Amino acid sequence: MAEFRMPSLGADMEAGRLVEWLVKPGDWVKRGDIIAVVETQKGAIEIEVYQTGQIARFLVDLHSEVPVGTPLALISTEAEANAPAAVAPPSAPAMSPPPGAKQPVGVAMPPPAPLAVPRPPQAAPGLATHIMASPAARRLAEQHGIDLSAIVGSGPCSAITYADVERQLGPASPPTEKRRALWLDPAAMRAAIAAAMARSKREIPHYYLEHQIDVTPCERWLAERNATLPPDSRLLIGALALKAVALAICRHPAFNGFYRDNRFDASQAVHIGVAIAIRGGGLAAPALHDTDRLSLDVLMSGMRDLVQRTRAGRIRSSEMSDPTITVSSLGERGVDALYGIIYPPQVALVGFGKVVTRPWVVDGAIGPRSVVTMTLAGDHRVTDGHAGALFLAEIGKLLQEPETL
Amino acid sequence: MSKTDIRKIVQEELGNIAPEVDLATIDPAADLREAIDIDSIDFLNLLTALHRRIGIEVPEIDYPKLVTLSGMVAYLEARLKSAKTA
Repeated sequence: MAEFRMPSLGADMEAGRLVEWLVKPGDWVKRGDIIAVVETQKGAIEIEVYQTGQIARFLVDLHSEVPVGTPLALISTEAEANAPAAVAPPSAPAMSPPPGAKQPVGVAMPPPAPLAVPRPPQAAPGLATHIMASPAARRLAEQHGIDLSAIVGSGPCSAITYADVERQLGPASPPTEKRRALWLDPAAMRAAIAAAMARSKREIPHYYLEHQIDVTPCERWLAERNATLPPDSRLLIGALALKAVALAICRHPAFNGFYRDNRFDASQAVHIGVAIAIRGGGLAAPALHDTDRLSLDVLMSGMRDLVQRTRAGRIRSSEMSDPTITVSSLGERGVDALYGIIYPPQVALVGFGKVVTRPWVVDGAIGPRSVVTMTLAGDHRVTDGHAGALFLAEIGKLLQEPETL
Repeated sequence: MSKTDIRKIVQEELGNIAPEVDLATIDPAADLREAIDIDSIDFLNLLTALHRRIGIEVPEIDYPKLVTLSGMVAYLEARLKSAKTA
């Protein structure tokens, strides 16, 4: 039996509210399936499952807010589910986590151990009565005049859950799926940004570098390539920028990873966080996974998908939790340059200003060229200006040969 | 397909991209990038949707003709007409 837990979706997240299950007990799920929706300060996040198996039961009621790491559901492995006498293991109150133990924050959620013993629940308000039942279960029972003492609870410590009461009610109509709010709560998002950025400015000694590059080769290559393609196959210069940063990281790994517990851990994987502006204010930087290994076409469609889902408030848990570096592009209506604030626990942010036409010297003659100002915000605890300069220069060099990206 | 149909489709697809925007308040002559804050990716997604629904593929070189709502509708109408007569 494996546990599906409230994931950490960023350094600043301590708790989340479970607002929707997209599966029900008995459903088969596989690694990567989206099975729940959790509401955080950053909006509603779709949560992926990290193991394959059958949903055994839910441990937390809808709309309850629980700390990061709290088990939300039990999942039987394939072998367990197929065994004729598959029984949920008894809960083991002695196996409580050490007091004060906290999930590491800002890391990709590790797959729970396949045979983990369920942890006892964090004490939830409303549970400390003679009959253990969740508030939602009590309400439902009250509404239907059901005696709670007649129900055997399937929740933690045999507490009666909403689902238990539902079962008591008999074959119920399938739960009506409520349509999720389409956009995010700007005030909550502002608070999340404030917390992360204030922490960054408090803890990270930033240094800044800037570098202007000629992107005329990129523009020509894109115009020629896109001319014969339908809109859904066209590339934008932002995709070239992301790929160039990802490839440059392979030679400059000190800009890709996390600074935690007074040391830097370089990340093997390159998951670029793409800074996405939310219309009407706000910002999120979910990860485009394995950016360095994506072809330009796949990268571009991934970026489009990410932008659309982020603005619709449908980011996935893994995308929130594990970006290893952030890239921020201001786009065509921006300004020449942006000086970013590093998103902790990351250690670098690469910024791209808008493409502008500038007089430029090529082969000894001045002519109009398309120019972009790139910037690097680096963490001085990890790297110095010299290393940063080499990193930025490498990105610029890669963008001179877009066909090789 | 009438001009009204085209406008309705364009508005629907704009609504999918920027659901928080009240489309009724958009000035048809305003630059959409300013009016509803759409960026190059939104624009590409819009063109992809219009291609799927109306069958008109807008080349990059024509992008400047589509910066306003009225320009976009007029452009698509003209392309549809010429496609029919061709």
